[in-house]
Amino acid sequence: MNARQAELTRPSLTGTAAATGAFDVERVRADFPILQLRIEGKPLVYLDNAASSQMPQPVIDRLLRYQTTQHANIHRAVHTLSEVATAEFEQARRKLQRFINAPEEREVIFTSGTTDAINLVMHGYGRKFIKAGDEIILTTLEHHSNIVPWQMLAEETGAKIRVVPINDAGELLIDEYENLFNERTKLVGVMHVSNALGSINPVKQMIAFAHAHGVRVLVDGAQAVPHLQVDVQDLDCDFYTFSGHKLCGPTGIGVLYGKAALLEKMQPFKGGGDMILSVSFEKTVYNTIPHKFEAGTPPIAAAIGLGAAVDYLSAIGMEVIAAHELDLLNYATEQMTRMPGVRIIGTARNKAAVISFTVDGVHPHDVGTLLNQEGIAVRTGHHCAQPVMQRFKVPATSRASFAFYNNMAEVDALIAGIRSVQKVFA
Amino acid sequence: MADYKALYQEVILDHNKRPRNFGTLENASHHAEGHNPLCGDHISVALSLDRECIERIAFQGESCAICKASASMMTSAVKGKTRADAEILIQEFLAMATGKLNLDGPNHIGRLAVFAGVCNLPTRVKCAILPWHTLHAAFNSVASTSTEAEKDPMHAPIGNA
Repeated sequence: MNARQAELTRPSLTGTAAATGAFDVERVRADFPILQLRIEGKPLVYLDNAASSQMPQPVIDRLLRYQTTQHANIHRAVHTLSEVATAEFEQARRKLQRFINAPEEREVIFTSGTTDAINLVMHGYGRKFIKAGDEIILTTLEHHSNIVPWQMLAEETGAKIRVVPINDAGELLIDEYENLFNERTKLVGVMHVSNALGSINPVKQMIAFAHAHGVRVLVDGAQAVPHLQVDVQDLDCDFYTFSGHKLCGPTGIGVLYGKAALLEKMQPFKGGGDMILSVSFEKTVYNTIPHKFEAGTPPIAAAIGLGAAVDYLSAIGMEVIAAHELDLLNYATEQMTRMPGVRIIGTARNKAAVISFTVDGVHPHDVGTLLNQEGIAVRTGHHCAQPVMQRFKVPATSRASFAFYNNMAEVDALIAGIRSVQKVFA
Repeated sequence: MADYKALYQEVILDHNKRPRNFGTLENASHHAEGHNPLCGDHISVALSLDRECIERIAFQGESCAICKASASMMTSAVKGKTRADAEILIQEFLAMATGKLNLDGPNHIGRLAVFAGVCNLPTRVKCAILPWHTLHAAFNSVASTSTEAEKDPMHAPIGNA
């Protein structure tokens, strides 16, 4: 089947799932070919969505169509294919702009992912504006990708890092956060949704407080954008970062949203082609945003694929997705809370569909290996959030993270899987 | 295809539940710490050599069942052996765990063959070999070892394993 035939068999780029008004999880599942796989002879139960999500057929088709009929380098040649590829790439930028409600398309910078986006802000903003003795506020919940770049900056400049603690439920202590502010505070880095625990942080309130003190805020939205309706204007964040591959898109693509006035003041992160207006050995003039931050040939296909992914999600509706995932979370939490010997780590009142858990007497890696035997994919380990593990005094947890294409039967499979793990170790 | 059931068999589950030689050792002549930063497995091995013979050996730590059972069975297997024989067993175990040992050929693996299935689970190989790395480190009076970087079995097995 070629790309055109593939599209003909599917009437709409938004997939079959969006065709009806009511949310029908089985119709959604039919859009995801990988969900037909069997692992160890059992149907795949994919509950590792916080690590990476799966790709629906319309996005796969879009990648194929781009690569089959539209590919050339962008922003360069005058030939037709280059113009088509450029137009599709910039169209993808506008789709991402609308998806997070950014005021302007030039505020959407394509990066290789969330880590790259945070590093861009560290180099472009941090190294220019944060000096010795200045303070950066982070939280205990942060992913290593929102800790390590700032530690590197602190080491280089002599800036200091302050850390917002959490309570036993995995919620940020907002009073403590507010107490950390002083005249040296320059930046807040906070994740919107915790990858390890699922806690949804009150970032809008935190941003308002920071702004009242003249402090900029970077929000790591990697775990929020796939599950919640995110509006960067409503949040009023200065920077917002996320990854394509957690959003039903390809790997190797992500987004940095930044307020235009800030992006313009920042220094470039990487030097090279596309990020310049003119180059001579005497003086190089940088390009305008967003191109100033997009040196070299970008992952064009991945950006266009991500554009198709947000079309797909928008057609279903992020509020519909959030509601279904909340049903999954509530059902799974209810079941697991009743299981003797199972402890849920992270019980925030406001939570996304992530359940970190431990099983008494069984190491998470043994849980993961045995669940895999039942076809169930969960993540085990420290989830790139070792400070969170230290806070709860566990070396690691098992983590089931849900997406809108998971169904209740898969929650039942997880519960049965945990029971069989307990039986093996009884 | 990986045979998980074969890995989590009774003998491994038993050694996990009731580990042999688990605890501390007073007046140990050799000691090392082993750490797998990826999963948080952490064990220490202490032993006391009488001339070249392993007179006493003990281990301690927090780890998954595969690692703990491997440590328990390792200490049982090497107790009373000479250091040279133990080193041979270490090399054979590392070879087996990475799928490079011919179990039908001459070897000293014996009951440790229950860990052979781990070679089909690349992410769990490190769990099984951590105690053996740590024993090797203890013999050589290396204060601590790790399953990462140059000690990563998937890249550079110790010795000729």
